[in-house]
Amino acid sequence: MSDTPKIRLRGVTKSFGDKLVLDGIDLDVPANSSMVVIGGSGSGKSVLIKCILGLIEPDGGSIEIDGADILKLDRGAREAVRAQIGMLFQNGALFDSLPVWENVAFGLLARRSVPRAEAKARAVAVLAQVGLAETVGELWPAELSGGMQKRVALARAIAAQPDMLFFDEPTTGLDPIMGAVIDGLIVDCVKRLGSTAIAITHDMASAKRIGDRAAMIHKGRIVWTGAAADLMASGNPMVDQFTHGRREGPIQMELRR
Amino acid sequence: MNALLDFVALVGRSVLGLCASSGRLTMFAARGLSHIVRPPFYGRAFLRALVEIGYFSLPVVALTAVFTGMVLALQSSTGLSRFSAESGVASLVVLSVTRELGPVLAGLMVAGRVGAAMAAEIGTMRVTDQIDALSTLSTNPMKYLVAPRLLAGLIALPLLVVVADILGVLGGFIIAVLKLNYNAATYLTNTVNFIETQDVVSGLVKAAVFGLLIALMGCYHGYNSRGGAQGVGSATTSAVVAASVLILAFDYVLTELFFAR
Repeated sequence: MSDTPKIRLRGVTKSFGDKLVLDGIDLDVPANSSMVVIGGSGSGKSVLIKCILGLIEPDGGSIEIDGADILKLDRGAREAVRAQIGMLFQNGALFDSLPVWENVAFGLLARRSVPRAEAKARAVAVLAQVGLAETVGELWPAELSGGMQKRVALARAIAAQPDMLFFDEPTTGLDPIMGAVIDGLIVDCVKRLGSTAIAITHDMASAKRIGDRAAMIHKGRIVWTGAAADLMASGNPMVDQFTHGRREGPIQMELRR
Repeated sequence: MNALLDFVALVGRSVLGLCASSGRLTMFAARGLSHIVRPPFYGRAFLRALVEIGYFSLPVVALTAVFTGMVLALQSSTGLSRFSAESGVASLVVLSVTRELGPVLAGLMVAGRVGAAMAAEIGTMRVTDQIDALSTLSTNPMKYLVAPRLLAGLIALPLLVVVADILGVLGGFIIAVLKLNYNAATYLTNTVNFIETQDVVSGLVKAAVFGLLIALMGCYHGYNSRGGAQGVGSATTSAVVAASVLILAFDYVLTELFFAR
């Protein structure tokens, strides 16, 4: 087995104006594993994942996937790498103007790899994998509950059987039971596809359910990495304060006076 | 002295900001237009935009054209009668409608209806991550969202203006014959005799340019909207205002190109 991590970040920096959001991120995600990135609001989690996806161009550093620095690839090669990634957005980001089945089959139709009828059949099959009936495919996103929208978004992310899966706050806005259901589906999908996954969250229960390994980001830097099972007893004061939700500790909230 | 420097700095910042905005808009337009001719093509998205811009704008454009033609006939009859030149009503109506009022009024109505909807739809997609989602699904947002709308605007508005021209002349005809007691055959003969190919063609070229401007402003402001519902609202307003002002400015430029001696 190769020692090269599936995803390797070294010294990734990103600023917006004079605000430094990522301050030299180093992170390794081994193949076929799930990495959970935790951190407070505004710590740079979403920017990090968007940099790996290629939605935001970092100012410096390297982002390697299978040993190749994607920041040095030409547009076509980057598109090919991006096609291997499925993404579940925080709010689902379903296309309002398309019915559910077309949302799920969008990636297949966009790549022109399958005819419409076959894409629809595959969308229905993927919807079944996330526990949704065939009839849901004919509904519009606005007709679905929050939990169902998350499941459809998950179905869309896995429809093309990607090599890598990214999840941005997968349980935000859901009740604890639905959150557990979504986490279970995520774990099932990642295992079934044999994918490498990165999930960003500040839901500790979700982090422990999804992740094999975990990392904490604070002020644009990775301050701790370890097993996800150790999150609640990491021995790191910042992680302990965050995971136990303590007001006092090394992390000081920036409040406007 | 400091106040003067502050004033110069303010003017400088404004000019630089204007240049930067113009540059961004030009780059956006160039990217959008280049995707019209580069595969893959999204036929369904284009047809949807064509129906939205063209078909659903028909009622408002038709009503505007009919009433404009009616008002023109009434006003010109009153004005020309002072010089005993009532026979000029037909020519005045047909020239005004085909050269100016058809394309400009259709453009302004479509800018209000479609430009706003376009900016709101794309802006909402931006702030709810749907545009990012497109990118993650191997789809270039410029190709899928912008190019079909630009092409639809370019094609739909001239078609709408053909309808507006016919209905505008019809509105003038109805008032002239039924209210002002003009002879129907004479009115139609005058209309046909006075109109030239260039009058209609110039109007249709203007319409194509206006259609492109409306779609461009809707897409540009929607695509670059930020900050949730308020950002989308601002984008919508900016799209309509910018499109309306550009329509009037380009109307002058094109009129100068077509008709200045």
